[in-house]
Amino acid sequence: MGACSTRSTRLGNRLHTFKRPSILPGFWPAFGYTAIYLSLIVLVPLSAIFFKTATSSWEHIWTVVTSPQVVASYRLSFGASLAAGGVSVAVGFLVAWVLVRYEFPGKALVDALVDLPFALPTAVAGIALTSLYTENGWIGQYLAPLGIKVAFTPLGVIVALTFIGLPFVIRSVQPVLADADQELEEAASSLGATRWQIFTLVIFPLIRPALLTGFALAFARALGEYGSVIFIAGNLPMKTEITPLLIVTKLEQYDYAGATAIAAALLITSFILLLGINVLQRRTRKFLEPA
Amino acid sequence: MSTAALPLSAPTVRVVKRDPLPVQLGLTALALLAMGLFIVLPLVAVFVQAFAKGLEGYRSAVQSPETRSAIYLSLLTVGVAVPLNTVFGMAAAWAVTKFQFRGKNILVTLIDIPFGVSPVISGLIYVLVFGAQGWFGEWFSDHDIQIIFAVPGIILATTFVTFPFVARELISLMESQGTDEEEAALVLGASGWQMFWKITLPNIKWGLLYGVVLCTARALGEFGAVSVVSGHIRGETNTLPLHVEILYNEYNYSGAFAVASLLSVIAVISLALKKFLEHKTGLESQ
Repeated sequence: MGACSTRSTRLGNRLHTFKRPSILPGFWPAFGYTAIYLSLIVLVPLSAIFFKTATSSWEHIWTVVTSPQVVASYRLSFGASLAAGGVSVAVGFLVAWVLVRYEFPGKALVDALVDLPFALPTAVAGIALTSLYTENGWIGQYLAPLGIKVAFTPLGVIVALTFIGLPFVIRSVQPVLADADQELEEAASSLGATRWQIFTLVIFPLIRPALLTGFALAFARALGEYGSVIFIAGNLPMKTEITPLLIVTKLEQYDYAGATAIAAALLITSFILLLGINVLQRRTRKFLEPA
Repeated sequence: MSTAALPLSAPTVRVVKRDPLPVQLGLTALALLAMGLFIVLPLVAVFVQAFAKGLEGYRSAVQSPETRSAIYLSLLTVGVAVPLNTVFGMAAAWAVTKFQFRGKNILVTLIDIPFGVSPVISGLIYVLVFGAQGWFGEWFSDHDIQIIFAVPGIILATTFVTFPFVARELISLMESQGTDEEEAALVLGASGWQMFWKITLPNIKWGLLYGVVLCTARALGEFGAVSVVSGHIRGETNTLPLHVEILYNEYNYSGAFAVASLLSVIAVISLALKKFLEHKTGLESQ
């Protein structure tokens, strides 16, 4: 009946609806390799988290993710990440503003240094920050007489997470600030607006989505951050343990189920955050390029 | 709102004055102070502490056999993970940017996943798959192949963490370049590989290098993921960042900072390269 040929045309049709024809070669090898490599390195190993979680009972998972030590770590991780995100937004906005609007000697160097936290290995950042903020460190010695302890307290966690988060905010705000239409400010000014009014009513609304994006990126990164935090945190149980550290602790005790349950909770939170960031960025782009 | 702003007659006339000089100076000083405190000072601290025990102490820390084996393992890891992710990045970018197919956006989102995963979880997933209690753990231990607490695990975790770097750079670059030049080459009779070597590769070379630099810097510096899968066996499964941690936890601070200074030099070099390549590609830094 020629079933074979109809099947192959049907397959052909289905492939056509999947991919638009093109004269360029190499789609199938490139796509196939991408799909296989992505599955092997990322998707299959990542799915292990959910399969492993599914093998334990809900009661067990629930007791693990709501045990006092773990809840204390959520409080620290979320609180410190929020605070660090806030500081990053304030400081990052200032730095971005100065880098975009003003001229000063060494500006290119400062601009390049913004990316240092991306480039510096987290463990190096961790021990360097710790040495600065201990009681006899370069900065710590001036804070100690004021009764401010940074190293081995939640404040230290915030400092480390700010170091990590700052570039996210600066790099989100910079291009938007640079692209912001100066004509809008000129129009506002010619209509009699004061400098402060221009800032709060024209400039700030323009860059608010970018600030929010930077905050969310910094926050998401801070939640999972490990290397730069564990040294300065001191890891006192119930006090300065971050959530990723508890995953490591459970693993070291061969409590795979416990580690996986906490990891699943953290992972789901991160993905929800990233989804939000995607929506935000799409909105920012729409804002910048009105169709 | 109905009174539209009149178009300025001459482009040189600027109605908006720049911020007054005191404001400019004040804000610039504040910003520089913040950058100095938060970002530059930690870097300076690394180098000062590295030489706390003089040049001799520095040299002995950097030249110890354990440091050497850590350097070797770090280079080996980079040597495998970066080429793997580079080939993947080119394949993914080719498929995503030169063709229209269903589910493209989903594919691009999936490629970005490792950026959103905590380093610790990036290590954990490989323990779950290959560890003693893992999916394939029994099979591998029956065949005397060790992955977790051994070099393959370190390489796998590093590959995961640095997975999106090259792909992401190339996708945004090649998206903007379109397909016209490749199509012209094919119409003029070039073979697929000729088109790739003579058109595509020259067009993307700086962007490709940019992605490779970012990928290498992260691969060398990765700590959390590698820490989970390494088992911390001295002289065997210690990369440079893990070696820094061990020295530090043994209160050998100057040694830890000496090794850290090696990583910091590489970080600074990668920053310089990044700036240079951004200039070359005209890429906006994200």
